[in-house]
Amino acid sequence: MSFINYPAREINCKIVYYGPGLCGKTTNLQYIYKKTNPDAKGKMISLATETERTLFFDFLPLSLGEIRGFKTRFHLYTVPGQVFYDASRKLILKGVDGIVFVADSQVERMEANVESIENLKANLVEQGYSLDSIPYVMQYNKRDLPNAAPVDEMRKLLNPNGVPEFESIATEGPGVFETLKSVAKLVLVELKKGAGGQ
Amino acid sequence: MSFTQLVLYEEEFKRINDVLTKLYSETNAKVIFLVDRNGQLIANTGETENLDTTSLASLTAGNIAATGSMAKLLGEKEFTIIFHEGYRDNIYISIVGRRVIMVVIFDERSSLGLVRLRAKKAGDDLTAIFDELLRKVDSKTEEGVSPFAEITDDDIDKLFSE
Repeated sequence: MSFINYPAREINCKIVYYGPGLCGKTTNLQYIYKKTNPDAKGKMISLATETERTLFFDFLPLSLGEIRGFKTRFHLYTVPGQVFYDASRKLILKGVDGIVFVADSQVERMEANVESIENLKANLVEQGYSLDSIPYVMQYNKRDLPNAAPVDEMRKLLNPNGVPEFESIATEGPGVFETLKSVAKLVLVELKKGAGGQ
Repeated sequence: MSFTQLVLYEEEFKRINDVLTKLYSETNAKVIFLVDRNGQLIANTGETENLDTTSLASLTAGNIAATGSMAKLLGEKEFTIIFHEGYRDNIYISIVGRRVIMVVIFDERSSLGLVRLRAKKAGDDLTAIFDELLRKVDSKTEEGVSPFAEITDDDIDKLFSE
């Protein structure tokens, strides 16, 4: 849930990157970190195992600019994708303002994608949220791989409600910022609604 | 959104800072900061110049969240205090009013006993301030006073125009 700080004239929002293990959540954050102006970002923190698998979360604070004199800051988090880290995933979803689901386009990972979305839904419900009402976008990652499934098929399986969707190659950049901008925008629109605006 | 949004106003910010400054001088601490349970930094005082307070805030919240889950597994409501002892610096973390986390970083100029004693009193004072703040936020929401009611789609688009 967002935090409006009047003395600092700041608004802080939390965006979580969700998805199955090795789908590219951390890679998304690494790319954003690499390509962002040093003034606009803080340090990226990765709580990872020795083999660079996310253990708890990655964290990247970003500053997007000002709206009506308020600095907009987004805190980007990833969850650990591996199935057995579910307790940690639940914790990271607390207070979330927007979600990016990073789907692995490889055909053999479709089942893992579906399982992860189901897990996301269940964990959100536990926190009193619903995927239908929270700002949420879909990213089809690893589009450059030869075994990538057609987007049409992935849409049918993973995005039946037609939320904003993006094809990406997180290692090289295409789609990464488009995804971030889209979810950030949805979060701000939601904030406006929550504040009584139209 | 189904939860009360955290909003911090100038008046409460000053009162919070007064409590932290008092605690800072009473305990000879190095740094004291307050963090929302979601990892947002609310206020800080002390030697913060070379400290990455944003990262510390996020990690503190993660730490409290993990500890809270451990408590539940043991059938505890929560662990209200966490203490990390280092070679040089120590960190004393306590939950204030169930919503906010207070972090006191101190070295050999202070002691755990002193920090614990003074932090408890400061925690009570902060709880009262945050209770008032939450009441204020709720009533303001009803009146629709938030500045974000006024933002336009243009404002949002401009942010992403580059």
